[in-house]
Amino acid sequence: MNQALNSKRITLGEGGLTVVFALTALLCVYAAINALDSAFAFHTALGAAVSFWAVFAIITRYRGRSALPPQEIDGRPNYNFGPVKFCSFMAMFWGIAGFTVGLLIASQLAFPALNFDLQWTSFGRLRPLHTSAVVFAFGGNVLLATSFYVVQKTSRARLAGDLAPWVVAIGYNFFILIAGTGYLLGVTQSKEYAEPEWYSDLLLTVVWVTYLLVFLATLMKRKEPHIFVANWFYLAFIITIAVLHLGNNPAVPVSFLGSKSYIAWGGVQDAMFQWWYGHNAVGFFLTAGFLAIMYYFIPKRAERPIYSYRLSIIHFWALIFLYIWAGPHHLHYTALPDWTQTLGMTFSIMLWMPSWGGMINGLMTLSGAWDKLRTDPVLRMMVVSVAFYGMSTFEGPMMSIKVVNSLSHYTDWTIGHVHSGALGWVGFVSFGALYCLVPWVWNRKQLYSLRLVNWHFWIATLGIVLYISAMWVSGILQGLMWRAYTSLGFLEYSFIETVEAMHPFYIIRAAGGGLFLIGSLIMAYNLWMTVRVGETSEAQPRVALQAAE
Amino acid sequence: MSIWNRHKIFETNSLVLIVGILLVVAIGGLVEITPLFYLKSTIEVVDGVRPYTPLELTGRNIYVREGCYLCHSQMIRPLRDEVERYGHYSLAAESMYDHPFQWGSKRTGPDLARVGGKYSDDWHVTHLKNPRSIVPQSVMPGYSFLARTEVDASRLPDHLRTSRIVGVPYTDDEIANAVADLKTQTDPDSADVAAFTKRYPKAVVRNFDGQPGNPTELDALIAYLQMLGTLVDFKLYNEKANLR
Amino acid sequence: MADIDIDKHTGTATTGHEWDGIKELNTPLPRWWILTFYACIIWAVGYWFVYPSWPLAQSYLPGLMGYSSRANVAVELSKLEAIRGDKMVALATAPLADIEKDPALLALARAKGKVVFGDNCAACHGSGATGAKGFPNLNDDDWLWGGTLDQIMQTIQFGARSGNDKGHEGQMLAFGQSGTLTKDQIVTVANYVRSLSGLSTRQGVDLAAGKTIFTENCTVCHGDNAKGNQELGAPNLTDKIWLYGSDEATIIETVTNGRAGVMPAWTDRLDLATIKAMAVYVHSLGGGK
Ligand code: HEC
Ligand code: HEC
Ligand code: HEC
Ligand code: HEM
Ligand code: HEM
Ligand SMILES: [Ca+2]
Ligand SMILES: [Ca+2]
Ligand SMILES: [Cu+2]
Repeated sequence: MNQALNSKRITLGEGGLTVVFALTALLCVYAAINALDSAFAFHTALGAAVSFWAVFAIITRYRGRSALPPQEIDGRPNYNFGPVKFCSFMAMFWGIAGFTVGLLIASQLAFPALNFDLQWTSFGRLRPLHTSAVVFAFGGNVLLATSFYVVQKTSRARLAGDLAPWVVAIGYNFFILIAGTGYLLGVTQSKEYAEPEWYSDLLLTVVWVTYLLVFLATLMKRKEPHIFVANWFYLAFIITIAVLHLGNNPAVPVSFLGSKSYIAWGGVQDAMFQWWYGHNAVGFFLTAGFLAIMYYFIPKRAERPIYSYRLSIIHFWALIFLYIWAGPHHLHYTALPDWTQTLGMTFSIMLWMPSWGGMINGLMTLSGAWDKLRTDPVLRMMVVSVAFYGMSTFEGPMMSIKVVNSLSHYTDWTIGHVHSGALGWVGFVSFGALYCLVPWVWNRKQLYSLRLVNWHFWIATLGIVLYISAMWVSGILQGLMWRAYTSLGFLEYSFIETVEAMHPFYIIRAAGGGLFLIGSLIMAYNLWMTVRVGETSEAQPRVALQAAE
Repeated sequence: MSIWNRHKIFETNSLVLIVGILLVVAIGGLVEITPLFYLKSTIEVVDGVRPYTPLELTGRNIYVREGCYLCHSQMIRPLRDEVERYGHYSLAAESMYDHPFQWGSKRTGPDLARVGGKYSDDWHVTHLKNPRSIVPQSVMPGYSFLARTEVDASRLPDHLRTSRIVGVPYTDDEIANAVADLKTQTDPDSADVAAFTKRYPKAVVRNFDGQPGNPTELDALIAYLQMLGTLVDFKLYNEKANLR
Repeated sequence: MADIDIDKHTGTATTGHEWDGIKELNTPLPRWWILTFYACIIWAVGYWFVYPSWPLAQSYLPGLMGYSSRANVAVELSKLEAIRGDKMVALATAPLADIEKDPALLALARAKGKVVFGDNCAACHGSGATGAKGFPNLNDDDWLWGGTLDQIMQTIQFGARSGNDKGHEGQMLAFGQSGTLTKDQIVTVANYVRSLSGLSTRQGVDLAAGKTIFTENCTVCHGDNAKGNQELGAPNLTDKIWLYGSDEATIIETVTNGRAGVMPAWTDRLDLATIKAMAVYVHSLGGGK
């Protein structure tokens, strides 16, 4: 049956996409020529270039290929690892870029001369570049790479679609490029974690729907009767991010030939939409997605069954149901009505145990394999990440309590909380997954060097400890100084004194960030050498590191 | 095992799973967001809040573009230290024409919700060009390029029109006069000042950046900063009626 | 599925499924976990009864306590008033001159003054009130508008060139811009002004001519002997204390383009007691008359 399909014919996808990209290219050329502002001209010109390239690439591929890759070879699934490799590479690339910008903005707060008095390098433009580069570019590519890998392996089916996965992988990275360069040029909607303007938002919508379809279609062709738990989480992440993106971003462009738009929502409603989105970007992007990674990579690496199926079920549904409600904890004591704040606070507290359900399932999966932590730094990295996850999901509910939040809000405490989640949980679980994934998809027996992983682990851990402890101290200090009263009943400190007090902590934080960055450079080298030369001769086999195929 | 078996329907059917997820994640948002559009108590009834003048709106867009909200909040919470430091807590009504809102989530610098009128234009000029020349401990970036960049006024009517689509009540008259109003607000000698302040009560007309010539981005940004928090007269505000 | 697969290490049954070599144990929910979860839910439900919570068709559940964060802050603020006691009232009502005589009131005014100064005035006048270019030093005994308590109070309340009707008006004219003086004349008079406080002057400048220009144009405001005039806010030009700077270029700039530094009016922003405290605070910095 496959034989007939595989004979050389232009597919609907190839033909259709060629037409779509050709039209997009023309549209972009028109927009670039008539653009009202230079950023829009630049972005549409990029769009035209990439669309033309896509047309060209599809045609060359068609001419070069003999038949479509088969779904199975010798009765075993013919997995499609191309997009996985691409996204793994991009994840490492954006990760380093994002950490570097993080280090730069951290240094700017310590030494403001580093703003260079230029508009493109000022803190206000670089900060969204940092957050988007680490969350969406680094984190997003890790999620794409792992989800494309995991859904194939746990469904025993080749990734659905022929060109579609590439549309997702390249389209998503193109979106990042547009968003990131936009920030530098001052193109932003100012909605935290949703800063890209209307046209990037549209692009992302198309890419994301394609992603959903590819993922879903792969699930539907699975050979396993049941859907693996990681895929529940991936699916919840993909579908909910789509809903959030559509809810938070509706905007009316001032002109279809310019970058600026006005958000449909205003004032208090806009604030609520924003943090409904913002909190759940954390909940579904930085949590559900990475829990999916945990659910595959930890049991796989530790070679142990997942601790509790029942816990998976309960914590999955409880988590996704409760998360959505917690947004108002970002708006405590603001002009958002009190009733909404109460709901945000109480649901955040109820979210504590469902979050810890994930942690328990991750950690307890190691029962019977704890000794591997000594010998396998990759597994150690992932386990520590789960511990950080547990820590930030305890801290989060605590910060959601209104009295606590009245102190922590607006301060560096929030930044400390963010980075214990971001560096400790998201960062480490991603590193662990990439350390597993790269040898697997590039068909290497092992990593180039486990010793380098060990170095990475310790340097980065030290970096995290410096970062978050500095931010906790400075955040709480800041909060206490703002509200300090003298015995006579007057405010004790002026604002600028609190700015001065932050200085030493900003230096420590930058040092911590620097260590984290160094760790990731070691990792990049290690992965690069793994792909290039495979494992070193000195490396002895310690654990079975190769994926069972 | 029995009750756990019921979960099989989700695990064996990806469409059921996806519908289940959608339903479960829809509830919270609906319950929390929808009432904010219909409950009367959400936005207080106050006098004085008006749409931004063209110059202020331009300044606000610069504020958004430069990411000032990443260091400055515009939301004074009803906590005693904040009320004492920054003034009356912010009302929902004060940001009802804000698309997008600029409440912020981090205070690296002080709250700006009521900074209007606190300092002189000159001070803002010096401070925005080089904050450390006047506040040595500051960690704020310098924005010297603003003074060198003229405002591009050509699309202003479109900006007002688009704002009207999303719910800001600009009148036809205001849209028609947008470009002229931009200039008028930086020119106290203009004959149109009276008509302008009638359109935008309480709007301040000054040469904000102190430079001769067309309005610059610095003019616009300072005009915006100088109006922040000045629209509601709290002597007339009914505190009791708006507890919620 | 029929025959149960038992994990050797834990002795727990698996669910019988396997994906890419991964199995799941059928471990029951940890007791402490589910109990804590229930406890959180119960606590939340209780909280909803006590505080404003669920939205309804017309309003929302107000909660048993009638809590409102806005009502709360009013209470908090009145508690503060209680801590500050009658002294704040005394501050508001006492004649300015008496405040400094009463050590308790003085201490109060200085305590209040310190932080209000830091949050409102230091941006211009500097953290130590030492001033900056264009913003006067408040520690010295050189006053533009007068250094008595009443004069300071007046300046703080209504400002200078602040747009407030009661604020100080009058400015340094732009002699160059208006064409009243030529460039050469401005250089000459600038050097003459420098000579008034004993600063060096440029070679070849005719100081006598400078004196004439000064007498004809400047004495109206700065006074016959250039000692200034506090009615107009015109500074003393002989005292070696400079608002904008003493170098020739700055003085030329001042005379060419004029000056009109703005001190904001604080009467709408700070209450009367606070402004009084500020006046006393500034007066007590060292330079008060
Ligand atoms: C890196 C953080 C940062 C950014 C970005 C930033 N600021 Fe600031 N800002 C500060 C700090 C810190 C202070 C307090 C010290 C001072 O007065 O400079 C401050 C003070 C201010 C003040 C004085 C407020 C008062 O009440 O004293 C204004 C007004 C202001 N900033 C406006 C802006 C505007 C407008 C932008 C964007 C164009 C901006 N800031 C961007 C950090 C920042
Ligand atoms: C926007 C900047 C600014 C702020 C903020 C400011 N001042 Fe001033 N202040 C000035 C300027 C400028 C002058 C000088 C006016 C002039 O040149 O005549 C001045 C003058 C004064 C004087 C008169 C000095 C003299 O020599 O007569 C006093 C007293 C004073 N300020 C006190 C205060 C106090 C107290 C506060 C805070 C509540 C404050 N200022 C806030 C700018 C400011
Ligand atoms: C209409 C009144 C007026 C006249 C006439 C006048 N001045 Fe002034 N002058 C002022 C005022 C008021 C200030 C203070 C401005 C301020 O506080 O911003 C001042 C400030 C100055 C300063 C700055 C002092 C410092 O400490 O930095 C100099 C120098 C000066 N005048 C010189 C002159 C000279 C020279 C002339 C004549 C050519 C002149 N003034 C004429 C009112 C006047
Ligand atoms: C080298 C490592 C890093 C450094 C030095 C760094 C530094 C910073 C700095 C200085 C800020 C701004 C804080 C402020 O405004 O006061 C910031 C914000 C942020 N960073 Fe990082 N960061 C690093 C890594 C990461 C990673 C890996 C992630 C996510 C995966 C991340 C996510 C974020 C987020 C979400 C914010 C915004 C927080 C908020 O708005 O509350 N960062 N970071
Ligand atoms: C149960 C789980 C969690 C809860 C209840 C929670 C709660 C909170 C609270 C109360 C804030 C402060 C809001 C404010 O005062 O402005 C916050 C901020 C934040 N949290 Fe969490 N948190 C949780 C888990 C996590 C995790 C796992 C991450 C992963 C990275 C994370 C990332 C963030 C980020 C990025 C912000 C900053 C948002 C912003 O202001 O820009 N949180 N969270
Ligand atoms: Ca957006
Ligand atoms: Ca934030
Ligand atoms: Cu949150």
